[in-house]
Amino acid sequence: MKNIPQKVAHRYLRHDKKFPHVWCPGCGIGTILGDFLRAVYSSGIKKDDIVMVSGIGCSGRMPVYVDFNTLHTTHGRAIAFATGIKFSEPRLKVVVITGDGDAAAIGGNHLIHAARRNIDLTVIIINNNIYGMTGGQASPTTPLGDYATTAPYGSIEPKFDLCDLAESAGASFVARTTAYHTVEARQIFEAALNKKGCSVVETIAQCPVSYGKMNNQTSAIEMLKWQKKHTIPVKQYRKLDTEKKQGKLVRGILVDKDRKEFTARYDELVAQFNKKKDSSESEKRSEEKKHDETKEKAKKEKQEKK
Amino acid sequence: MKYQIRLSGSGGQGLILNSILLAEAASKEGKNVLQSQAYGPASRGGSSRADVIISDSEIYYPAAEHLELLLCLTQKAADKYIKLLKQEGILIYDSENIKINPISAETIAIPFTQIAIDKFKTSLVSNIIAISFICTYTKLVSFKQLEKAIGNNVKEKFIELDIKAAKLGAQLARDYENGKDISS
Amino acid sequence: MSTDRANIDRDKPVLLQGNEAVALGALDAGLEFFGGYPITPSSEIAEILSQEMPKSGNKFIQMEDELSSMASIIGASLTGKKSMTATSGPGFSLMQENIGYGMMTEVPCVVVNVQRGGPSTGLPTKPSQGDLMQARWGTHGDHPSITLYPDSVQEAYELTIRAFNLAEKYRTPVFLFLDEMIGHMRESVHLPKKKDLEIINRINPTVPPEWYKHFKNNPKYISPLASYGQGYRFHVTGLTHDEKGFPTNKKEEIQAKMDKLKKKITNNLDDLIQVEAFHMDDAEVAVFAAGLVARSAKEAVIRAREQNQKIGLVRPLTIWPFPDNEVERMLSSTQMTLIAEMNQGQLINEVKRVTYYGEHAKYIKLQRYDGTLITPEDILQRISEVL
Repeated sequence: MKNIPQKVAHRYLRHDKKFPHVWCPGCGIGTILGDFLRAVYSSGIKKDDIVMVSGIGCSGRMPVYVDFNTLHTTHGRAIAFATGIKFSEPRLKVVVITGDGDAAAIGGNHLIHAARRNIDLTVIIINNNIYGMTGGQASPTTPLGDYATTAPYGSIEPKFDLCDLAESAGASFVARTTAYHTVEARQIFEAALNKKGCSVVETIAQCPVSYGKMNNQTSAIEMLKWQKKHTIPVKQYRKLDTEKKQGKLVRGILVDKDRKEFTARYDELVAQFNKKKDSSESEKRSEEKKHDETKEKAKKEKQEKK
Repeated sequence: MKYQIRLSGSGGQGLILNSILLAEAASKEGKNVLQSQAYGPASRGGSSRADVIISDSEIYYPAAEHLELLLCLTQKAADKYIKLLKQEGILIYDSENIKINPISAETIAIPFTQIAIDKFKTSLVSNIIAISFICTYTKLVSFKQLEKAIGNNVKEKFIELDIKAAKLGAQLARDYENGKDISS
Repeated sequence: MSTDRANIDRDKPVLLQGNEAVALGALDAGLEFFGGYPITPSSEIAEILSQEMPKSGNKFIQMEDELSSMASIIGASLTGKKSMTATSGPGFSLMQENIGYGMMTEVPCVVVNVQRGGPSTGLPTKPSQGDLMQARWGTHGDHPSITLYPDSVQEAYELTIRAFNLAEKYRTPVFLFLDEMIGHMRESVHLPKKKDLEIINRINPTVPPEWYKHFKNNPKYISPLASYGQGYRFHVTGLTHDEKGFPTNKKEEIQAKMDKLKKKITNNLDDLIQVEAFHMDDAEVAVFAAGLVARSAKEAVIRAREQNQKIGLVRPLTIWPFPDNEVERMLSSTQMTLIAEMNQGQLINEVKRVTYYGEHAKYIKLQRYDGTLITPEDILQRISEVL
């Protein structure tokens, strides 16, 4: 692991773009962006080789600030755009920044199919349990009973566990971290960037303005403390009995397995045809050779007869 | 010359393949051709029809309207399409499955399915016997071109069998022209 | 035709299905990426490309739906690849979201819609021309549309190549529309030799990355497009943006962007529009029809001419942008125009809009939407009713 110099994130920002950014004071997304940029530095991947793709929502605005190849797409479709980019140009490192509404509601289908294909994308889901940008509507990760502008009596729907979802759909790397755990987040992002295959990292972020306000957590500090208190590192978590797991979230790298990646499989298919081409050409050549040989033989025989 | 052909029966009888064979052979002979088909959602059973228009001049309207030739392999198809046959047209039908009332068009009754089973122990080649009969009888395309089209469009393991069936179909057409009894 | 598609003998006519001709046209145009989702009556295009594309190392992917299909081809195009998808009405509806994205972000790609009866699931295996207005106004907001509409298998091949060329030249999604029957019928096609094909590729930037503005306006309203990974590191967003691609709320920049989208079409109409005039020189009665219906109309014209009736046909190959001037000019000397469509009246209002040439002009309509083809008799009878 490289030593991370001070202010390294600045090297990856677009300085000609209008700052300040759109995120509210206390929002967790900026911290996560910093962690991600430090992970990029640490991984040594070149700016030119990174494509950052996002959908709609607070998280969707991240690409505009960073000096990579960037694509801010439609709601929920970031992974689908990213699939086209990665498949057509596999040498590029394609990172998807998405939110809980973006990835789990409107884009849920693309998430599970990217995991099923195990296409080499680094998918960072910033989960703030709410639709922040549009004013605090309930999302598929709003906990049961929590309030949102479209759940004024408390949500009556259970929430998604995005890590379980990604794992069962087949992603070869699944992790959860938070905006509070910045060192761990940077390390996990780096591991995800280095993993060949579909990597899904759920990153819990605080939204004091939309989610916190409606659920008695008005300060960012309070919410960050919640992240510290209610998440447990994976090793520890797995030793706990079910009762103690109640109300806690597991944190860290949950899945890291080797599973053949989609573009590599396609390359193998293409290679089969190249092989066939080569062998049919060499067959042709050897047949031609045989043909010439028999011709010559016949010629000789003829001459001998004469 | 504009020749409009409809091949009709039920799904799975190979009628669409037949129409492609005929159309490809005619195309290779430099004629204007148009092949089309209509089918339901099921690829087996249900009604199926395929049309081929062969012409010396440009073909504009893409559907067969007034038929020079109609092949029927099911009663339902015969009941439905005989009215589209021109008075001087030709109706060819599978005599085992179909009963028809007398019409002014020339009618040729051949038990294609039974012949296929008798000679090749499978009904699957009855379509090839029928299309080859049509090609030879109408002289629309040469046997050589039909053979080539079979080679291009049929799975490799069936080519040999289909060409044998095609040869039989062509022979049946010659026998029919020579007045031999081909009803069995 | 199941033989080796890569090595077709191009000296002879070859029997092709309409959908197959589209697939071959796309390959000849330089297709490098296909993302699609199966749907009748377009599936043969995807099936054929799934066979052919891996052989040459090009990319074929069956996506999870039409939303992602459209997204994937835009993503692929941003890496510099020529890309395409193919669908039918229900899928075309689902693609509208990202079609709008492609138009807003000016990303070249080709969308094929083999039309079937609608609305909704409608008639999967029957012909209809019900999506013509959707090609113009399907996605929200003011947007450009280039839509090509062949009437034969030969033309399906040719217009596929043209669709790619226009997409690359004008930096925009281009639609190729087929009628169900054109997609499924087979005709003899003369394929040109590959060396004789005119192939247009997008303009790449020549300036260094720090100077590059990928929406920079110029007199032609078409800006060079870099590819991801080339070092340009540009930003693409569906938000209304400035010349560098960054979101803007400034009214001058909004206006400039919207004008650019419009004017790259309206300033190049001569290049975009193709209209066929069939026996129109001395025509007193004109039929206006496109796609499959034009085939019936041509037959009707030929039969009418045999009876010394002076009937002709005006057929747009480019339906969007609508050929205002050409249609106006061609119809101006006729006494009556029959607009024949397999829908409840979509192009008729366009014809009326552009051809107001006096009180004497008569418009009659022939509209059929029962899943069957308009026949030559239908057309001739409708005309005789009025004459």
